[in-house]
Amino acid sequence: MIEIKDLHKSYKMGSNSLHVLKGINFNVEEGELVAIMGSSGSGKSTLLNILGMLDVLDEGSYTLDGVPIVNLNETKAAQYRNKFLGFIFQSFNLINYKSAMENVALPLYYQRVGRKERQEKALQYLEQVGLKEWANHLPSELSGGQKQRVAIARALAAEPKVLMADEPTGALDSKTSYEVMDLIQKINDAGNTILVVTHEPDIADMCKRIVHLKDGIIVEDKKVDQVRASQYV
Amino acid sequence: MKFIFDSNTWQEIFGSIGKNKTRTIITVIGVLWGIFIYIALAGAAKGLDNGFERAFESTAMNSMFVWAQSTSMPYEGFKTGKSLQLKLEDVNTLKNRIPEIQYIAPRNAKGVFDGAPASIVRGQKSGTSPVYGDFPIYTKIATKKIFDGGRFINDEDIEQARKVVVIGERTLKELFEEDENPIGEFIRVDNIYFQVVGIHKFIPGGGFESDTDMYIPYSTFKKLYNTGDNVDWLTIAAYDDADVIKAEKDVKAVLKNIHRVDPKDERAFGAFNLGEIFNRITGFAKGLTFLSLIVGIATILAGVISIGNILLISVKERTKELGVRRALGATPSEVRNQIILESVFLTVIAGILGIILGAIVLSLIDFFTKGTDFPYTNPTLPIPYVIGALGIMIFLGTLIGLIPAQRAVSIKPIDALREE
Repeated sequence: MIEIKDLHKSYKMGSNSLHVLKGINFNVEEGELVAIMGSSGSGKSTLLNILGMLDVLDEGSYTLDGVPIVNLNETKAAQYRNKFLGFIFQSFNLINYKSAMENVALPLYYQRVGRKERQEKALQYLEQVGLKEWANHLPSELSGGQKQRVAIARALAAEPKVLMADEPTGALDSKTSYEVMDLIQKINDAGNTILVVTHEPDIADMCKRIVHLKDGIIVEDKKVDQVRASQYV
Repeated sequence: MKFIFDSNTWQEIFGSIGKNKTRTIITVIGVLWGIFIYIALAGAAKGLDNGFERAFESTAMNSMFVWAQSTSMPYEGFKTGKSLQLKLEDVNTLKNRIPEIQYIAPRNAKGVFDGAPASIVRGQKSGTSPVYGDFPIYTKIATKKIFDGGRFINDEDIEQARKVVVIGERTLKELFEEDENPIGEFIRVDNIYFQVVGIHKFIPGGGFESDTDMYIPYSTFKKLYNTGDNVDWLTIAAYDDADVIKAEKDVKAVLKNIHRVDPKDERAFGAFNLGEIFNRITGFAKGLTFLSLIVGIATILAGVISIGNILLISVKERTKELGVRRALGATPSEVRNQIILESVFLTVIAGILGIILGAIVLSLIDFFTKGTDFPYTNPTLPIPYVIGALGIMIFLGTLIGLIPAQRAVSIKPIDALREE
């Protein structure tokens, strides 16, 4: 599903440049649940941004579902993001003046899906994350865990190839974290490919594979026995 | 352009505008104020214009008065200071020689410029009134509204030198009881019995006329005051499309020729050219309209700029939202179009509200000045002006919306989403 070869990325900080990713080789198969771990500054967020086409790579190649991701202009990147990727953020990033349902329907709006169908689909995904009866509530009326579940429903709504979660539990207490991870595991069980960036070992253990990043290179890449989050819920 | 007609686009725009009410209201006020000022000023200028026109409506716009003075130059053996007298036969000469003249009414008066006003008596009641000797043609130049049941002097009055009089409203009050019908009654004017044939309505419009003026036939005036064929002054109306200033010159030239006055003598005949003064006043009103156009457009511009400014701030406020939209697949042009459409939509809504508010204020002013002599009537604004103003606003709204839209597009989603 994802193929990365010899990925380099550096940022210019005034006169000197900061080499963040120093040659990453990384493949993800369909249906995998991968945790990307590392301390802050290890480059894990940069990697996710490049994978999410929010940032461009300097060197190397990136192929997503057989499509080489090269020479992206903003318009093309937006279309690819819409078609291939679903994002889950640490701070949820729901649009605060839109109801839960409207938030979930937003990616479909950019896919030019009609209003009726959009709302039906949004309700369907809200049901999947267990928030159907909250469909008409604003984000400010939801708890943190509920917000993240709305965000997950939103990420799912576009039916992406890959879900990218950047510290999805970073702003949640451990009980809600496990609930969210339980949901992510269930989505993965349904066959979705998911990348999770985290620095919490217990969250990483709930994935099927852990990739350790340190100073811009992969220091460890291992398959693990998945800890089911449902046992904590 | 397809996105403009897409109901989904508008749902997004209504969503983002409707959910940021304070911002929307503040934004709208700027342009609303601008268009309001424009509408109010332009409408008021038009109202003044109409008001001036109304003030002059009783007199033909292109009319003038000409009277004789005395010579200031010796000519053909006559000394300086020869006093001149207009005669009734001058009227025909002028009419024949000057094609621009439409109507010409010779007039005599007593108690206006010289002489004592006539004494008027009815029973125990008495008063004084200026008295004019007139021809019926005078009403072609200066409209005289006559109250129901009455009439102005007619041709037969002139032919038979009838002793009939048209009196003013105040004279009516002075000589008659309130419920009396004055038509057909007799009053004494300078000890001669006259029959009242009409009451004229006095319209204030400047000049020397008053609500006590009495009009009697020219021929009767001549007999009563022994004035012969003398004429005190001529009231002349030129055709609508004639140049009144040229007409005035021609009239004076012909009169100088008849009365054997040096053609270069500027003081021999006096004239008061209403057309010229009217042109000056309409010029003033036009200037006012132009000024209001300039001020209005400048104010609209300021309002639109404030919309741009507020949208710019709001784009900064919405950085994260726009970043999320981009991450979810909004293309830069979709984001740009959304911001521009928001700008245009706000501008137009504000414009329409401003137009409505301006119209309300104009009609309020109209309501409160009705019946006063303040020159302000029917303050309307031509529809093309309003549509033009709206067009300018859509154009400026788009233009100014480009700035925040470009700013919104230039924000990279990754920067927008970066955690603080």
